[in-house]
Amino acid sequence: MSGNLSQLEVGHETHPPLRAAESPVTPSPSYWSQVAKRLFRNKTAMAGALILLIFTIGCVCAPIIAPYPIDQMNFKDRMMGPGAKHLLGTDDFGRDIFSRLLYGGRISLLTGLITVTVASAIGVTLGVIAGYYRRLEIYIMQVMDILLALPALLLAIAIIAVLGPGLTNAMIAIVIAVIPSYVRIVRASVLSIREKEYIEAVRALGIKDRVILAKHILPNILSPIIVLMTVQFGGSILAAAALSFLGLGAQPPIPEWGAMVYVGKAFLGQAWWMSIFPGLAIMLVVLGFNLLGDGLRDALDPK
Amino acid sequence: MQRYLIRRLLSLLGTLLGVTILIFLLVHLIPGDPVQYLLGEHPTDEAIAALNAQLGLDRPWYVQYASFVGKLLQGDLGTSYITGYTVWQEIVERFPITFQLALYSVILATVIGIVVGVISAVKQNTWVDRLVVFFSLIGISAPGFWIALFLIWIFAYKLPIFPISGYDGFFSLILPSITLAMGEAGLIARMTRSSMLDVIKQDYMRTAQAKGAPHLWMILRHGLQNAVIPVITLIGLEFGALLAGAIVTETVFSLQGLGSLAIESIGKRDLPTIQGLVFFVAFLFAITNLIVDLLYSWFDPRIKYE
Repeated sequence: MSGNLSQLEVGHETHPPLRAAESPVTPSPSYWSQVAKRLFRNKTAMAGALILLIFTIGCVCAPIIAPYPIDQMNFKDRMMGPGAKHLLGTDDFGRDIFSRLLYGGRISLLTGLITVTVASAIGVTLGVIAGYYRRLEIYIMQVMDILLALPALLLAIAIIAVLGPGLTNAMIAIVIAVIPSYVRIVRASVLSIREKEYIEAVRALGIKDRVILAKHILPNILSPIIVLMTVQFGGSILAAAALSFLGLGAQPPIPEWGAMVYVGKAFLGQAWWMSIFPGLAIMLVVLGFNLLGDGLRDALDPK
Repeated sequence: MQRYLIRRLLSLLGTLLGVTILIFLLVHLIPGDPVQYLLGEHPTDEAIAALNAQLGLDRPWYVQYASFVGKLLQGDLGTSYITGYTVWQEIVERFPITFQLALYSVILATVIGIVVGVISAVKQNTWVDRLVVFFSLIGISAPGFWIALFLIWIFAYKLPIFPISGYDGFFSLILPSITLAMGEAGLIARMTRSSMLDVIKQDYMRTAQAKGAPHLWMILRHGLQNAVIPVITLIGLEFGALLAGAIVTETVFSLQGLGSLAIESIGKRDLPTIQGLVFFVAFLFAITNLIVDLLYSWFDPRIKYE
């Protein structure tokens, strides 16, 4: 069986796995350099990273690259197909789609960055508390169970119904909807190392809980958090785009990708490029994060 | 098993009670006075007071909450302010479309996902495997609304085979089902592949091979049967999530299902419908998850619940 053989080969190639959650001490710098080495050798992960790099550079350098201003209307050229004058065509106001995509990407990438940062900060804190302090665990997990009892998108929509539509409120809704997934994973990781001897040892030394959590527990549960953050980055962009598409997130004329697809929907018969290209951009970026996330998972936890 | 079931049901009740608090809180924080919305512009104070009294909105919040939960316990999900129908009637009317949509897309996704996932695992590290891995990631990464528009563009505008939107029997559910199935198939294929790869490494697979079992028989009888358990869990959970309403897909295809009911009732400030519907969805979601857990032990007798 070729499957078995290649598995063995991979096993020879890599160094003995040092699983983050089980390692007896805080991971050493050599652990992370091994992870980086494995990651750089992973072709699909690098493909994902490349996609993200291209999009990031394109969006950051939008003012230099974009051939037209995002709101420059030109009714003579309205709904012009992709071509030499307008690389990806124009929309119903004659605005250049390529330029709008570049600027819109800033919004989408920033949305992902902010939601992932805030959600992971809150989720990891709650997860660590739930995993380390038995007394608080039941309360935190009960609230998380209630949030998980609803499909994430429905929960986000219900929250937006309260806060009102708009990009900021959509981000708040997404943050609340994804926090439980961080809490669950972090809590489970903390539980798995809380009773380890080295934690007991530092506790016996009389070191404060705060220090134990920050210096001895958190560094040992980083792997699953990093993987989750990477995948959630793409997931948040996808969710924000879906909310904008439903008219609950970014509002046109903001060139957010989901909002652009929404506007293009009405002109699908005449100008397919209005909705197909922004959607393609969303898919490529999310694909980039998923490829990178898969690679990170393999690099951090080689089996 | 019985003790496990009782424990699970009790915890389910606790969660659902929590959900009622969450829904009640959210719904009453929604800005905009529903009474004002119902009466239109410039209503008289008497009319407002009368309608508030009629709808029971003049009572203190805890009385309103108690009445909401009390009615739920009797199976009463409330009555819509807008249509005058009970929320239950609205759900019964909309549920068949959502149910069909969830069913067709899960069947399609399961067939594609499992077949492709098994082939991918058996052919690990070949170009077939890489292609499957790549396309399942594409399925997961593509936004549902974009897949929907793409399909509409090709199969309704370019080749006018299917209707663009609306419900007119099975035919009009084909494109929406394919839309939903794409992402699900990607998930199922990935799970099947990794689960199969674990199983293929087991000793009993080598034994089966050594005693000369036909290759296909070995893969299906010894491999897939053992690999399928986590896949079934995933399928069950996804089915539950789809039953809860494929909000985006229903909106794109203008299908009158539970998902579009949620969006509509939020737009109209129809508080009882939002309350009742969200509770119904949470209930459905919880029950399917429980059933999936119980099926686990049926598929794998080694798993015993205590």
